[in-house]
Amino acid sequence: MLIRFWGTRGSLPVALTAVDVRDKLMRALVAAAGQRLDTPDKARAFIDAELEFAVSGTFGGNSSCVQIETGSDDYVLCDVGSGARDFCNHVLATRGPSGHRFHVFMSHVHWDHIMGFPFFIPAYTPGNHVCIYGAHAELEEAFRRQNAAPSFPVDFSEMGAVIEFVRLEPEQSYEIAGLRVRAKRQRHGGDSYGYRFERDGKAVVYSTDSEHKQDEPAETQAFVEFFANADLVIFDAMYSLADAVSVKEDWGHSSNIVGVELCQMARARHLCLYHHEPMFDDTTIARVLRETRRLEEITRADHRVEISAAWDGLEIAV
Amino acid sequence: MDLMPRRFADTVVLRPAGRVNHISSEEFKGALQPFLSDCATDGDRVVLDCSALEYISSAGLRVLMLARKQAKTQGGTLVVAALQPMVREIFEISRFTVVFEIFASVREALAQVSPAAAAAFDSA
Repeated sequence: MLIRFWGTRGSLPVALTAVDVRDKLMRALVAAAGQRLDTPDKARAFIDAELEFAVSGTFGGNSSCVQIETGSDDYVLCDVGSGARDFCNHVLATRGPSGHRFHVFMSHVHWDHIMGFPFFIPAYTPGNHVCIYGAHAELEEAFRRQNAAPSFPVDFSEMGAVIEFVRLEPEQSYEIAGLRVRAKRQRHGGDSYGYRFERDGKAVVYSTDSEHKQDEPAETQAFVEFFANADLVIFDAMYSLADAVSVKEDWGHSSNIVGVELCQMARARHLCLYHHEPMFDDTTIARVLRETRRLEEITRADHRVEISAAWDGLEIAV
Repeated sequence: MDLMPRRFADTVVLRPAGRVNHISSEEFKGALQPFLSDCATDGDRVVLDCSALEYISSAGLRVLMLARKQAKTQGGTLVVAALQPMVREIFEISRFTVVFEIFASVREALAQVSPAAAAAFDSA
């Protein structure tokens, strides 16, 4: 499986500001002082070798959308936040406008997770098939309402693709698009659902918008089992632990600390921090990543968990 | 869990030891509770001596946050002191350093929260 991140920001899409860009330029120019970067190749080599990601790139600002590439022609997505728009552009550029089948697994229907769908161009194109899976009773209603006047000028009924909604039962295994899929209810306003995808002996868990209070051992153990031996856990690490258990308690999100602990207990191989706080700039997210790696290192017993932070455009092969 | 309480004037020093993880955190919470009820305006100050604390998980940190919240609501003072290097790092990474008053030693904590307790500590 190849996991491709199209949107990694939590709650609300964000964009780099002019101040952010200027700051990156300033830091790059200072780092390049004394270098003779007089060709594009030299400049690229310097960027790749010498600049940290927070200066040379960006974690991006699109809201939740993750693609699971299985090798099949069918497309598999988790959530259709604003990152879905870039995904659609990629589909159009690489495989044309129609004849596609999309499987979309919805964690929940809060706005940041569905806001990309009005811009999901293949949904307007006859000849495409979009199947939207979720465990919420109001799944279809939320999509239709978003496209209705006065919120959007093109009604859902005008979408030309075949669009169907499939209600999944939590904790039940399904075979969909060549994947074994199981949903798990999570603690979030109105509930959210994590998904465990398995194929060819590999497992990927998509677990966003999920608060872990850690005060009920049985609940913790259920997540340890859900994450068990996963090759990749995509995890809501929006807040610091201090915020998550104080001023932002019951806001429905988790922290890097809890992500590390659950993955250590579950003996997961790779933890990917996801659903980044929109207030965080690239430097802050990079610092959270460094600190999370350090936490994993100092608390490691006999199992190493690889740590990364998702960014729009990141690909992880499992 | 025995928190080995020691009293210095109007301040109680508690000394959690070993590892506080998702299993032992409830025990930690229960052990802490009797001392929190007296941590109030004109009541006891509480200093957590963490010199023997080897590890604390998110569940343990949550217990500390709830304890601090209770103490604050009652007008009391709860501070931590003498963090081992690894626990110190966990406090920093979790941003608990932003919330808690942290002192390098129990003596420094006592001097801050109660001069009478510091004097009692020095003469003990």
